[in-house]
Amino acid sequence: MPDTVIKVENISKQYRLGEVSTGTLMHDVNKWFYKVRGKENPYLKIGEENDRTKKTDSEYVWALRDINFEVKRGEALGIIGRNGAGKSTLLKILSRTTVPTIGSIKIKGRVASLLEVGTGFHPELTGRDNIFLNGAILGMTKREIKNKFDEIVDFAGVQRYIDTPVKRYSSGMYVRLAFGVAAHLEPEILIVDEVLAVGDAEFQKKCLGKMKDVSDKQGRTVLFVSHNMTAIKSLCTTVISLGNGLITEIGDSNSVINNYLYNHMNGGMIQSFENPKIAPGNEVAKLKRIEIRPELDYPEEPITVKKKINIDIEFWNFESNKTINLTIFFNNFAGECVFANGTVAKILPIGLHKATCAIPSNFLNDDTYNISLMIVGDSSYPIYFFENIVSFEVNEDRSGSSWHGKWPGYIRPKLDFIFLS
Amino acid sequence: MPLIEMTKEKIKGNWDLVITPKSSLFDLNLKDLWRYRDLLVLFVKRDFKAQYKQTILGPLWHLIQPILTTAIFLLIFGKIANIPTDGIQPVLFYMSGITMWNYFSVCLTSTSNTFVVNAAIFGKVYFPRLIIPLSVVLSNIYRFGIQFGLLLAVMIWYQFHGFPIQISFLWFFIPLLLVIMAGIGLGLGIIVSSLTTKYRDFTILMTFIVQLLLYVTPVGYPISYLAKSKFKFIIEANPLSSLVEAFRFILFHKGSIQTGGILYSIIFMFSSLFIGLLIFSKVERSFMDTV
Repeated sequence: MPDTVIKVENISKQYRLGEVSTGTLMHDVNKWFYKVRGKENPYLKIGEENDRTKKTDSEYVWALRDINFEVKRGEALGIIGRNGAGKSTLLKILSRTTVPTIGSIKIKGRVASLLEVGTGFHPELTGRDNIFLNGAILGMTKREIKNKFDEIVDFAGVQRYIDTPVKRYSSGMYVRLAFGVAAHLEPEILIVDEVLAVGDAEFQKKCLGKMKDVSDKQGRTVLFVSHNMTAIKSLCTTVISLGNGLITEIGDSNSVINNYLYNHMNGGMIQSFENPKIAPGNEVAKLKRIEIRPELDYPEEPITVKKKINIDIEFWNFESNKTINLTIFFNNFAGECVFANGTVAKILPIGLHKATCAIPSNFLNDDTYNISLMIVGDSSYPIYFFENIVSFEVNEDRSGSSWHGKWPGYIRPKLDFIFLS
Repeated sequence: MPLIEMTKEKIKGNWDLVITPKSSLFDLNLKDLWRYRDLLVLFVKRDFKAQYKQTILGPLWHLIQPILTTAIFLLIFGKIANIPTDGIQPVLFYMSGITMWNYFSVCLTSTSNTFVVNAAIFGKVYFPRLIIPLSVVLSNIYRFGIQFGLLLAVMIWYQFHGFPIQISFLWFFIPLLLVIMAGIGLGLGIIVSSLTTKYRDFTILMTFIVQLLLYVTPVGYPISYLAKSKFKFIIEANPLSSLVEAFRFILFHKGSIQTGGILYSIIFMFSSLFIGLLIFSKVERSFMDTV
C-alpha cells in the first residue's frame, strides 16, 4: 500500500471582491480591532458560494470551501471543473504562491509546480542561460540542471539556437524549451496546470507522454488540471471535479468525467421554445426547436453507433427575403469539433422555417456529442450562434467482436474493406 | 530538545511541508533560502547580462551618472553655496560621497518594489521571495565597483596635482561600510516592499523620501560644517551620515570617524533587517491576493 504524500484538510480560501481602496483600510482596522480583543475575524463568517454568474451583495467570496482529499505516492490525480470552479486557486495553494484562509495541507517530498510555461524566462538571455535560470526558479540546483542540460536541449529540439537570445525564438521553440526544462525536473510531486493548451498537437502529445512517464515509470505523483478531458482520461486514474469552490465528486476518472460532462451538457436531446418573444436568438432570427431524433426500434433503446440520427431544426426568420444558411457543429466530449456541416444558402421569406440533418448509421464513433448551431446570414456572417444547445450520447455496439477496448478515431464509417482472396 | 522545537516536530510529524493559513512570527524560512542559493547566483548573473543589452554605452552609463552629479554638486554646493569640504579636494569630496550614496539609494529603491515588479513570477512559482532583494543588493556591488574604480582613477590623477593618496590598513574597513549600507538599504527596502503590496501609496512616498534623504546625508557638505547648528541632530539621527563620513576619512584622512555613529548605524542595520524580515516573511505568503 503506497503511503499518502499529499493530505489536504478542510482547505478554504476567501477572496475579497472589488478593488483595494480606502475601504480595505477600514476592514483591516476592523479585523485588527477584533484580533486585539481576542475575537475571531468577523469577515470569515460572511462570504458566499463562488458562483460568478450571480451578482451578490457580499464583498467576500469563498473560492474554495472545505476541500478534503488525499493523494498516494505515484498516483496521477486530475482536477476538472468549469472556469472559476477553484482549480487554479487550489493549485496556487498547493504550490505555495498563496496561503489558504482555513485548513492545512501536508506534503511529503519535493514539489515542483508548473502553473505556466517559461516562468522567469528573460527575453534578452540565451537559451542556455534561460535553461539554468528557469531550472533554478523551479527548484533545481545548478548541478542537477547541468546533468540534465543535454536532455533538455534534445527534448526541445533547439540545438542550433541554444546560444541565441530567446526573444529571437519562434513561439513554438520558446514553449518547447520551457516545457523541456519543466519536464526534466525531478520532484517527488509534479503539479501541472493547463500548460498543454500551448504548442502544436505533436508537442502536446510529447508532453503528455513525458508526464505519463513521470507518473507511471518513475513512480512520481502528478496533479494535473486541464479542460482537455482526453488528456485527463489518458493520464489520470483518479479525478476530482470541482464546482463553485466545492468538491462535487471524487473517484475513478471515467465515471467522474462522464458525470461532469453529463451535468454540463445543455438541455439534453431537445430544446423547444413556443413563444418567439422569449426564444433564444436576435431580431433577425430566433430558434423555435432543435431536436435529436434517433431512429430507434423502441423508445428506451440507447443510441448506438449503428443507428441513424436526425437533427430537426425550426427557426423564425424576421427579415423578408433574407439569405440564410444553417451550420451544425459536432463537438465531442473533449470539446473538440469533430466536423461541421452546412446547408446551402437559401432566400427565405419572413416566417417559420424547418430544416433537417440526417446522420447515417455507422458514421459517428461512440462518444458524447454537443451540438452547436449557427444561423448564417448572406453566406458571410453569423446571425446567431447557439453554443452546445443540445447533446446526445452514442454508445458502443460491437456485437460480433470479442475486443472491448475503446474504438480509436473520431468517426467510425463502415467502408468497403474486404478480402480479395 | 527545547520545548518549541518539540511542538514543532509534533505538528510536522513526518511531513516535509505543512501549509497553513498562519505562520509563527519567527518562521523566517532561512533554510529554504540556503537551498535556493544557486538561484541567487543566477539572478545576479542575469542582472549583469541583461542590464545593458541593446544600449550603445552599456556599463559606461555607470560612469556618466556620478561625473554629472559631481559637476552639479561642485556648482551648487561648492561655487554657489560656498560650503567648505573639510580640506578635501572638492571633486574627490563630492564624488566619494556620491559613490557611497548611489549604492545605498539603488539598494533601497530597487528592493522596495520587489513584490510589485515580480508579481507575475511570484504568482506562478514558489521560491524564497527574499532571493530577489538579495540579488539586487549583490548585483549592484558591481556598479559600486565601477564607480569606486572611477573614484580611484580620479584620486590617482589628483595624486600628481598635490593631493597624495592616503593608503592605510583602514581601507580594509571599506567592505564593512558597504555591508552596513547594503544592510540598511535592504532592511528598509523590504519593509517598504511589504507595505506596497496592499497600499501603493508607499511607492509614491518612496520616490521623494529617497530624494529628501540625500539632503540630510553629508554628501554635499561635511558634518563639521554643522558643528554649531542646532539641526545637527537631524543629520546625526541619519544612520548613513557616519558611514559617508567614515568612507571619506578612510580615503582622505580628513574629517571624522565616529565609532559611536558607526555603532549606531550597525544597530540600525540589524533592527531594520530584523523588522524587515519579520514583515516580509509574513507578507510573502499571501501577497498575491492583494498585490
